[in-house]
Amino acid sequence: MSEWERLERFLRTDPRDVGCDEAMAVLHIYADLTSTGGNPADRYPGVAAHLAACGPCADDFTGLLAAVASDGP
Amino acid sequence: MRCRSRRPLPPLRRLGEGSLAPVELAGPTERELDAESADWLHRLSAGEGALRQRAERELHARLVRIALTEVSRRSASTPVNGPELTDVAHQAADDAMLAILAKLTGFRGESRFTTWAYRFVILEVSSKLGRHYWRNPPVTLDAAQWERLPDRLGIDPERHAESAGILAEVRRVVEHELTAHQRRVFVAVVVDGIPLDALAARMNLQRNTVYKVIFDARRKIRRALAANGYLEDPGLERR
Repeated sequence: MSEWERLERFLRTDPRDVGCDEAMAVLHIYADLTSTGGNPADRYPGVAAHLAACGPCADDFTGLLAAVASDGP
Repeated sequence: MRCRSRRPLPPLRRLGEGSLAPVELAGPTERELDAESADWLHRLSAGEGALRQRAERELHARLVRIALTEVSRRSASTPVNGPELTDVAHQAADDAMLAILAKLTGFRGESRFTTWAYRFVILEVSSKLGRHYWRNPPVTLDAAQWERLPDRLGIDPERHAESAGILAEVRRVVEHELTAHQRRVFVAVVVDGIPLDALAARMNLQRNTVYKVIFDARRKIRRALAANGYLEDPGLERR
């Protein structure tokens, strides 16, 4: 990725972005859909947009997925 | 154990006034609980008996395990370490356990019970690490380390003269076009690299509030850069 693309991506804001509170409210549903092979971004495009832009929420999502995976299938 | 029940879901929320969109909570209005989730609910709701106590111990042990794994995973990105990190994990598990039991009747069955429960402990870890950041912060609030901005944005101003120009323009917009509150938050998180949760804890704000301030600042900076010919018009924002 070029410097410009990196800067452009950082500054770009997605109007579908639902914010942290809304994303966290459905994070368990989003994680379950992800871990069971579903396509949560289709059902929750605003949450997908948020997780792509918000580092802390994306980190929580990664942690939740890891926790779910640690229980096994 | 085959224990199935059907739980109606409450009305869906629609929030998000302002620049952030409301979440799209459209989905099934009724969902069957899977057997394992129904079993957890049955055992955790079993009065004061041994069944409930065993379930609580089992769930708490899982929360402790997950919290310890989570703080370990995040250890490279937090100044919290050693016994304090372990303490954060145990506190997170204890507080998550209390929250789960208090909100048990609010479980809607939209996900597996364990996924719903694990979310509490993950969010507790985030929140506690944010607060503990200030016990030994690598960067002070309002440090304004502008010289580190190129690294944070992945730009090398020595490679391209234009890069130096755009960085100067970003700084000009931050210093002259953002509100004082936007400027303080943007500089803390983007320029100084203070974790968003740590800043939220320090300023006694919710994570979402800090995120929205940065979201609006990014949009304002992008529009200014586009207006001055540094970037193309922000297409996504026209949606």
